[in-house]
Amino acid sequence: MSQPTLTTLPTLQAPLFSVDQLSKRYGDVTVVNNVSFQIAPGECLGVIGPNGAGKTTTIRMCLGLSTPDAGRITYFPESSDAAGLQMPRDALAIKAQLGVVTQMDTLDPDFSCAENLLVYGRYFGMKDAQIRARIPELLEFASLTHKAHAKPGELSGGMKRRLSLARALVNDPRLLLLDEPTTGLDPQARHLMWERLQLLLQQGKSILLTTHFMDEAERLCSRLLVLDHGKKIAEGTPRDLIAQHLEPDVVEVYGVGAVALMDSPVKQLASRVELSGETVFFYTQDARAVLDALASQPQLRTLHRPANLEDLFLKLTGRQIREDG
Amino acid sequence: MTAMNLDMGDNASAAIRQNVWRPPEVSLRFWPVFLRNLLVWRKLAIPSLVGNIAEPLMWLVAFGYGMGALVGQVTVGGAGHEVKVPYILFLASGSICMSAMQAASFEALYSAFSRMHVQKTWDGIMNAPVRLDDIVMAEMLWAAFKSLFTVTAILAVMLILGISYSPKLLVAWPILLGVGITFSCLALIFNALAKGYDFFTYYFTLFLTPMMFLSGIFFPLEQLPPVVRTISSWLPLTNAVELVRPLFMDQWPEHPWRHLGVLAVFAVVSFWVALALTRKRFRG
Repeated sequence: MSQPTLTTLPTLQAPLFSVDQLSKRYGDVTVVNNVSFQIAPGECLGVIGPNGAGKTTTIRMCLGLSTPDAGRITYFPESSDAAGLQMPRDALAIKAQLGVVTQMDTLDPDFSCAENLLVYGRYFGMKDAQIRARIPELLEFASLTHKAHAKPGELSGGMKRRLSLARALVNDPRLLLLDEPTTGLDPQARHLMWERLQLLLQQGKSILLTTHFMDEAERLCSRLLVLDHGKKIAEGTPRDLIAQHLEPDVVEVYGVGAVALMDSPVKQLASRVELSGETVFFYTQDARAVLDALASQPQLRTLHRPANLEDLFLKLTGRQIREDG
Repeated sequence: MTAMNLDMGDNASAAIRQNVWRPPEVSLRFWPVFLRNLLVWRKLAIPSLVGNIAEPLMWLVAFGYGMGALVGQVTVGGAGHEVKVPYILFLASGSICMSAMQAASFEALYSAFSRMHVQKTWDGIMNAPVRLDDIVMAEMLWAAFKSLFTVTAILAVMLILGISYSPKLLVAWPILLGVGITFSCLALIFNALAKGYDFFTYYFTLFLTPMMFLSGIFFPLEQLPPVVRTISSWLPLTNAVELVRPLFMDQWPEHPWRHLGVLAVFAVVSFWVALALTRKRFRG
């Protein structure tokens, strides 16, 4: 299936971070294929895509940990000339202004929360006194004030992630790169994380976020980038993407006889019908007609809802499992 | 503009950046990484000290006094200025080098590997403005520092036991730091290649242990066949012992520059190799 060529949507302000025509190959496999995007100051850009879509490789290249085969990564410092700093050439200067939370926690197990922050601040060349002055507010931000002297081993998953976030903020970065920051967290911990990230956005920080959670992407991101097989296949605000690619309403039908609907005339009432397992999805402009037609079969269970990002994601990247990511 | 055009100017510098054999790029940014290890160690210093010095001292006392009673005196020194010394002094002056080697190797293998591979501490550090080269440098110096700490503790006990009161031990001390540096660099090569902790067993049993027996620590090199002696004379541990042993006997080494040179070449070459292999490991 051929996708139309996508140009980068221009951001209103001068960008803070810009990725142009980035590519990366491992042997014969192109894991990132001509990807471009920009991040404006104060913006949260979400990168979504199935396992193996190239999200983490893109982030690693943005951090200078992996060298691109082609393309350009530019960071524009606050008081900058037009040229900006290039990754990986100016890696250290760029990283001095970034905050990073990786998929796997890299907290120091031998240090308390406060010591983790102190030691990490030193890597940025900060003076001990300067870091120590920041530690109380960072711990408070992470809701870890009461755990200042606890080691990571004594923390819950959510607390560890918040400590990682606090650690990423030690140098007061302008841009945060967050690779799946809420994977593996329970709903309470995720909501607290979201609240904190929204607070950071309100303070004017910019965020580049990868996630597998569409509710997370919808809630936090002002713009989304959909990657699949290393290529950018869509870009836009969550609302626009849904309106552009999907019918407004979805009727999910399951229960005895649901699968048989695939061969029934009801199918004609929807613009698009999909079967996944035992559930039939009707994507439609007019849910009323579908629901009325289904009313004659009371054994069926139906769920009527607006189309969401999850539908978009599955439409763009397909329903098949990607296990070799 | 096409991707091609964007690339052109950076091609040459990108090729250099990607070459793992490029010269080390080390800066003072290694210091916070060294401090990090120091801070962890300060919490565990006392138990680790006991572990680090108890075993070498047991060897020394058991062999030195036990075997020493059987062996009596040992002749050391080249033709013209041979001296007869008690076996315990002979053994102590060699085994201090062995302790420096083991302490540095252990730290640069098991502990560095834990930080690099198991805890992913290095990955965390590299998200801050610190280069991999600085981290490898910090690990190398840290392992050498720990080795010097162990050596200092053992020297202190040797002084208490009255094994040697030579004022030249003050010169032995910085030399032993150099021995620690050489073996840290060597060990970091194997750290860069390791898939798991088991790999280090090979390094210890196939490389370090044989070297201990071929470096004149337990018996004089004169007892080895000529071919083995030739090999032995190029081993880093032999050169370390040749430097340190005379100082215990209040003498100066016969060929100090030769021995220092061998140690320095081992250190520089293996640091470079270790760095290249570590860059390769982290390149993606």
